[in-house]
Amino acid sequence: MFADFLFRRLSLLLFMLFALTAFTFALNYLFPGDLLTNFSGELNANYSQTQILEQKYHIDDNLLIQYQAFLVRLFQGDWGLSLSSGQAVFGHVKQLFPATIELCVYALIVALCLGIPAGVICSAYHNKWPDKVISSLTLLGFSIPVFWLALLLIMIFCLSFGWFPMSGRIGLLYEIPPVTNFILLDIWLHDFPYGGQAFADALHHLTLPTVVLAMYPTTVLVRFTRDSMLTVLEQNYIKTARAKGLNRRQLILDHALRNALLPVIKQIGLQFSTLITLAMVTEVIFSWPGIGRWMIESIYQRDYPAIQGGLLAVSFFVIFANMLADVIHTLLDPLARNQAHGKV
Amino acid sequence: MPLPAHLGIRWLLPITALLCTLLSGCGDRTAQAQRKIQGIVYCAEANPISFNPQVTTTGSTIDIIANQLYNTLISIDPLTAEFRPELATAWEISEDGKQITFTLRKDVTFHSTDYFTPTRTMNADDVVFSFNRLFDVYNPFHFVGDANYPYFQSVGMDQLIRRIVKVDDYTVRFELFSSESSFLSNIATDFAVILSQEYAMQLVEQENKQDFDMLPVGTGPYKYKGFLRDNLIRYHKHPGYWKHDLAMDQLVYDITTNNTSRIAKMLTKECDITAHPSATQLETLAARSDIRVDKAVNLNVGYWAFNTEKPPFDNVLVRKALAHSIDFQKIMKAVFYGNGIQARSILPPSSWAFQTQAMPSYDPERAREFLIQAGYPDGFEMDLWAMPVSRIYNPNARKMAELIQSDLREIGIRATIVEYEWNTFLERVGKHEHDSVLLGWAADTPDPDNFFSPLLSCTATFSGKNPANWCHPEFDLLLTQALDTTDLQQRKQFYQQAQQMLIAELPVVPIAHGMRFQASNTSVMGIELRPFGGISLANARKN
Repeated sequence: MFADFLFRRLSLLLFMLFALTAFTFALNYLFPGDLLTNFSGELNANYSQTQILEQKYHIDDNLLIQYQAFLVRLFQGDWGLSLSSGQAVFGHVKQLFPATIELCVYALIVALCLGIPAGVICSAYHNKWPDKVISSLTLLGFSIPVFWLALLLIMIFCLSFGWFPMSGRIGLLYEIPPVTNFILLDIWLHDFPYGGQAFADALHHLTLPTVVLAMYPTTVLVRFTRDSMLTVLEQNYIKTARAKGLNRRQLILDHALRNALLPVIKQIGLQFSTLITLAMVTEVIFSWPGIGRWMIESIYQRDYPAIQGGLLAVSFFVIFANMLADVIHTLLDPLARNQAHGKV
Repeated sequence: MPLPAHLGIRWLLPITALLCTLLSGCGDRTAQAQRKIQGIVYCAEANPISFNPQVTTTGSTIDIIANQLYNTLISIDPLTAEFRPELATAWEISEDGKQITFTLRKDVTFHSTDYFTPTRTMNADDVVFSFNRLFDVYNPFHFVGDANYPYFQSVGMDQLIRRIVKVDDYTVRFELFSSESSFLSNIATDFAVILSQEYAMQLVEQENKQDFDMLPVGTGPYKYKGFLRDNLIRYHKHPGYWKHDLAMDQLVYDITTNNTSRIAKMLTKECDITAHPSATQLETLAARSDIRVDKAVNLNVGYWAFNTEKPPFDNVLVRKALAHSIDFQKIMKAVFYGNGIQARSILPPSSWAFQTQAMPSYDPERAREFLIQAGYPDGFEMDLWAMPVSRIYNPNARKMAELIQSDLREIGIRATIVEYEWNTFLERVGKHEHDSVLLGWAADTPDPDNFFSPLLSCTATFSGKNPANWCHPEFDLLLTQALDTTDLQQRKQFYQQAQQMLIAELPVVPIAHGMRFQASNTSVMGIELRPFGGISLANARKN
């Protein structure tokens, strides 16, 4: 039954990828400027180079063959050259994407660590003051635009108090060679003489961007966990357990929480696309060297191959993340498999 | 609280172990690192185009690379304007002025980097190679990159040098076709750096000549370590620097194109030095006790250049109409905030050849008359390119462009403001794709020729440096005559005629001369801001 579900999901994935690549391919025609330049990123190709490029990109063949060649190049990692740097787009993506994922992962960890317990507390003290306080704060956090929050925090904590730096991942004097591209891990892996200072400095740099980015998913998780817990707490098996004399802590932690978390897991996956979008804004404001900042720079510089590459990478990632969350959710929740079949 | 059943003790052990390792690791390292990491962070306004000053004249690039990575044979003292020895300890000019012999310094080491380890110290071969690359088409590196040496081509050095001879290991002789008064000044610019011939040959062997301008090897106080576009450039100290042992362990350039972000980083102490704070921000910076704002008179000019090869800008009446339509006073107030002087010629007043010219005044009526005479009574549409970065000669080109745009609307001309990323912008201006452009020039030497030849000569047009795309044989003749003589009075006369001609023809409208500003943390000392050329951080250190 699960294999059947997986097959359906995979065919959907394939269709999505097809639509995405077709759209990206079409962008070459939709962007202004020379078609070959949009494809290759070669700005000043001379006659012989143009000939080679035309052959490589099958410009004289029909669209289907061009698209096929485009797909082959995509899988080979040949995503063209960036117009502004003259370097391979795929190289940029490989270098910058991990920094964005890192930020999202830290924000998600913060969101999980704060959001789920806060949601549980809300449901445990339903309609009492902890629930009311947390719910109001959540509403506030949910409503604040991320860029405004970022600027506010920078103004207060960076410029007025000088407590935090306002840009980058780590003080520039610390030279940490990227291994995993997760800065804290890299510092730990790399035997750097100033490791302790670097670690503290990296945490210092991480704080504000993570807080800003975590704000939205945290509030969403609080609300979801709260609602989900309340629904579960209404279930008959909980009532039975309560009738058996279990206390509130036992009820919530041992019986309700696992079931209540199932829809929350699905929600985490869905949050990823929002999270990536918000990460882009956060990256620009905090000069975080990730793919979002690079893409926005590329748009500003009309660097079409870079815009395409960035778009493709981010969309791939969001689709995969969603799919993965869906699969995990289905693995953990047998009922969801039936729903996927439309049998219930 | 009892642990939930599914979080058994088996999870607890590895987590505790990991935490212990992490903490103990940190502990060890903290003990090692009692000393704080040494280095200076300079917040720069743009990415460098190249790491070799021979191939660019972009001020933002020269600031970052020239004085930090390289040395020149001689330099010019910023105070006395006299030549000082650098890699050449002495120089001698023959009586006819056609032979200049340099005696070189011994025991000067080149950088030892990840990609090159020198086996010998600098000698005459390196000097001959460095200059041959610029002028000799048989040099294996002459055509590498775009084969464009904008400064030297635009000042016509390639036409001047007959050959460069190695007399012995530490003596080099330049033989010229004719004597030229600005030769030594040009050799003392930031562009005339000495490169390693041995490194070049290694690249030839590896068939990797393209790397020559991007992975630099020089003799300067710092050596190249890495460059991450739009993020940072890292230099390490060159341990065997011939001049002194002052350099910090690291010099890092934080590339922050946004003006406000650069200043904010200065306030949060993420930058030790910040390039080109804008005039509006000076007050905020000066109010802080931990920040010092340096102000230096700088030989420069900000101008509005017309692409004189494109109609209607090939018509001098149109150029006059445009020049009369703009309100210079308003620009001085809104863009320079009193920190600049209105231009009275293309030369700044501190240049010895300066002469006040009758500049076009703000007179929309007259501008309209010129337009009618030129055959454009209803005006026309045009592009106005504005620099995306703040420079000494134009701190806010966007604002200036907006002011000009509104002034032009008064006389019926509809201008569209065009902006690109800085390096793309320069590249496109070099290809003369623009109608008109707001740009400027900061001098590399105190010699007045530095304002004319690189900007407005015919050779500059071919090397893509002449933003007015203006080639006037009579004007070129004046420049050549001025260079052919060493008589200062005579040179002055020629340059004054050249200035008059520029005002009559108006390929460019000089707008203003700016001051160079720099903000630095008070703990940083020894920054050398020069009235010409780039900034030197060779002596900069942090307490």
